[in-house]
Amino acid sequence: MASTGIRIGGLGGQGVILSGIILGKAASIFDGKNATLIQAFGPEARGSACSAQVTIADAPVAYPYVQNPDVLVVMSSDAYTQFIPTLKADGLLLYEEELVTPKDLPPGVKAYGIPATRIAEELGRRLVLNIVMVGFFAGVTGVVSLVAAEKALLSSVPKGTESLNLNAFRRGYEHGRSLVGAA
Amino acid sequence: MTADPKGVLTGVHFLDGDHAACEGALAAGCRFVSGYPITPSTEVVERFAQRIPMVGGVFIQMEDELAASITMLGAVWGGKKVMTVTSGPGLSLMMEHLGLAYITEAPCVFIDVQRGGPSTGLPTLPAQADMMQVKWGSHGDYEIIALVPDSPQECFDLTIKAFNLAEQWRVPVFLMMDEVVGHMTERVVIPEASAIEITERRWTKKAPGEYRPFDACADGVPAMAKAGDGHRIHVTGLTHDERGWPALTPKSQDKLIRRLTNKIRDNADALADIREDQCEGADVIVVSYGITSRVASSAVLQARAQGLKVGHARLVVAWPFPTTRIAYLATQCRAMVVPELNLGQMVHEVSRAVAGKVPVRLVDHAGGTVHDPKVILDCILGAAR
Amino acid sequence: MSETTLNDDQDLSGLPLVDNPVMPYLRQERIPHIWCPGCGIGTTVNCFTRALEEAALDLDKVAIVSGIGCTGRVAGYLNLDSFHTTHGRAIPFATGLKLANPDLNVVVYSGDGDLFAIGGNHFMHAARRNMDLLVVCVNNFTYGMTGGQVAPTTPIGATQTTMPFGNFENPASLPFLADAAGATFVARWTVFHVRQLTRCFKEALGKKGFRFIEIMAPCPTLFLRRNRLGDGVDMVRQYKERSVLRNGADTKEVAVGMEGDIVVGTFVDRERPTWLEAMNSHFSSVLGDRYRTYGG
Repeated sequence: MASTGIRIGGLGGQGVILSGIILGKAASIFDGKNATLIQAFGPEARGSACSAQVTIADAPVAYPYVQNPDVLVVMSSDAYTQFIPTLKADGLLLYEEELVTPKDLPPGVKAYGIPATRIAEELGRRLVLNIVMVGFFAGVTGVVSLVAAEKALLSSVPKGTESLNLNAFRRGYEHGRSLVGAA
Repeated sequence: MTADPKGVLTGVHFLDGDHAACEGALAAGCRFVSGYPITPSTEVVERFAQRIPMVGGVFIQMEDELAASITMLGAVWGGKKVMTVTSGPGLSLMMEHLGLAYITEAPCVFIDVQRGGPSTGLPTLPAQADMMQVKWGSHGDYEIIALVPDSPQECFDLTIKAFNLAEQWRVPVFLMMDEVVGHMTERVVIPEASAIEITERRWTKKAPGEYRPFDACADGVPAMAKAGDGHRIHVTGLTHDERGWPALTPKSQDKLIRRLTNKIRDNADALADIREDQCEGADVIVVSYGITSRVASSAVLQARAQGLKVGHARLVVAWPFPTTRIAYLATQCRAMVVPELNLGQMVHEVSRAVAGKVPVRLVDHAGGTVHDPKVILDCILGAAR
Repeated sequence: MSETTLNDDQDLSGLPLVDNPVMPYLRQERIPHIWCPGCGIGTTVNCFTRALEEAALDLDKVAIVSGIGCTGRVAGYLNLDSFHTTHGRAIPFATGLKLANPDLNVVVYSGDGDLFAIGGNHFMHAARRNMDLLVVCVNNFTYGMTGGQVAPTTPIGATQTTMPFGNFENPASLPFLADAAGATFVARWTVFHVRQLTRCFKEALGKKGFRFIEIMAPCPTLFLRRNRLGDGVDMVRQYKERSVLRNGADTKEVAVGMEGDIVVGTFVDRERPTWLEAMNSHFSSVLGDRYRTYGG
């Protein structure tokens, strides 16, 4: 039975938790799988560091935390430094390449970067950086389906911002697909 | 009867436990919440404040938890289904009004999202350290009902059940969440209103003058009236007779307090809700509740993978404690393992029920996070030897 | 009131028995009450019941809520929907009762220790919110039921069991507190002023918002005797001699001590939206048709 543990890390205000919500919704509501989202909740989650843990699995999720993620998504260098030691030896790192420089990457880890901030700026709103990352995650991993992710996205963003967010998602998705060599 | 559709957000949602519990309350017909903000419970009242203007009802943020818990009780006698929500330090302040709710038989729901204590402790981190406080924290002899969800879906389902039990037995009912369940987000399915069973308040059919507010029906529960119905009821926190009048004698104390406690004690077996998994024929049975049951189940699966016969009994109703069933399970196994996010609370009840028939091992934890499943696994392995 | 009515030595045994007009308002089976001879609480209840009669209210829609203490027992004696709650918490209980059923006319009737020491925070916030309650405080300057301890109203110099060498704490001036917190109606009378008090009750029962009436009343057993102030009759005589009627008085200037003027009258009478009115009008304006106007 497949189970994927995901850790998303970044800064407060980057939309880290919303990224987790979209992935969790996509898997559990639109892909018919199970998902559990845990958000880091504490003084450290206010203002600066912020993180979410998402488990996506075929079977119901028992243990809710992600101790050693299969996939680490980082949008800040602090998050990279903090969470890279927890990533599984053969894990997958997805990072915002203008904000994170993956130093001392463990040898078994596969890493893919994306200029998500620049893409978001090109679309006119730096704020959609997180949605670019969600698309990137979907494109690289396939853990959530494209259809489910788009539905989850549309049900999670404010009215009037749907097309902006959908564009952000698709740019990230396509970038991801091209990096893993998908058609 | 079934739920009022106005309060039911039918659909498939991705909600955390706090939000799901709020939706459960709205679905159950709760139309009055008085609260006071406290982490990690605040999202419940935040959502209620957001939702209730469109559903029809009142939310009021009071000046403290003493006020929140008794404003709720005032609203009971105004005829509403009511709830208050808190966490450890606030729960400590509410203890006096738990007693008032109990002795006046006011149907109400307390949600406690447990965090690390004592005192301010770990405001943002989990524990299961209030399990004994809800049972013993108010003065005097009393019995309550406490439900323990382990997922956002159960936060929804069990909040409805909590309201229904509160109406059925006219006792305060607790939903004992913890920070993890409260802040964990998962799929929550909210059915159609017509598929949600609701227990209505048992209003008296007697005429003013004939009605005695604390005269119990055959099941030990009196029918209710509310202020303004013409019954001119008197409700007091003093020991009282069937009329509700103060009756400060050992005899009336004995009569009242025994009736109140027996409502729950005599029905403990019927109220029990234990989800058992492979307990028959098990060598070791893990007894758990709340978030710890999910952590324990991953340990149980690992133990079974090693060839051990391990059962898992999850308490959905922690109070009244299911003594009869746990005593039976003790005759079916060689040892019991009780993990909980405290330094030993419900394990004492398990031990009492087991009465020395088999060893009972506690896997304790001071709180702040959940157990490492490996620690529970090690205890299971040790118990199996 | 004439001097002769204050004389308790009269032999009344030869007079014909007549029904007391307040009896229908009391739970007669619960009489005799627990209050001491000379206590002022019963006089306030007498005035309150007469006001209920004169106000011609639907008594099924009047509810009374008390806290704990001697005055806290008032709820139990009145033949209304009545609630005897926990110490200090009558106001938040009444808040829930009123909000759950806005058709009720909810009266809080309690003592100075209950409302202003343990319950002081609730008083302030209910007044601030303009919760639609009539709050009656029988101020006897002491904790009667627990045996005469210092209260937040005890004047400087008065001896109490927990101030055995005389009180040195500054007492609260209740009308000033009520005014500052936002009460819409603030009045003070003493148990000498039975007619004025009855009128005041009637007037306040007909108004909306957070209304506050302070009534000074003697506690002969625990306040007067300990401070050598005589009996209840002596104190009522003092109320008569020391009281000065000053409607509209600045509440900053109505504090009372062991001696000096006792300013009485209606100090504050103003209108502002109650909590429920404010909620309904605010939500209607910001939420429009989505809002389900709340009426109970």
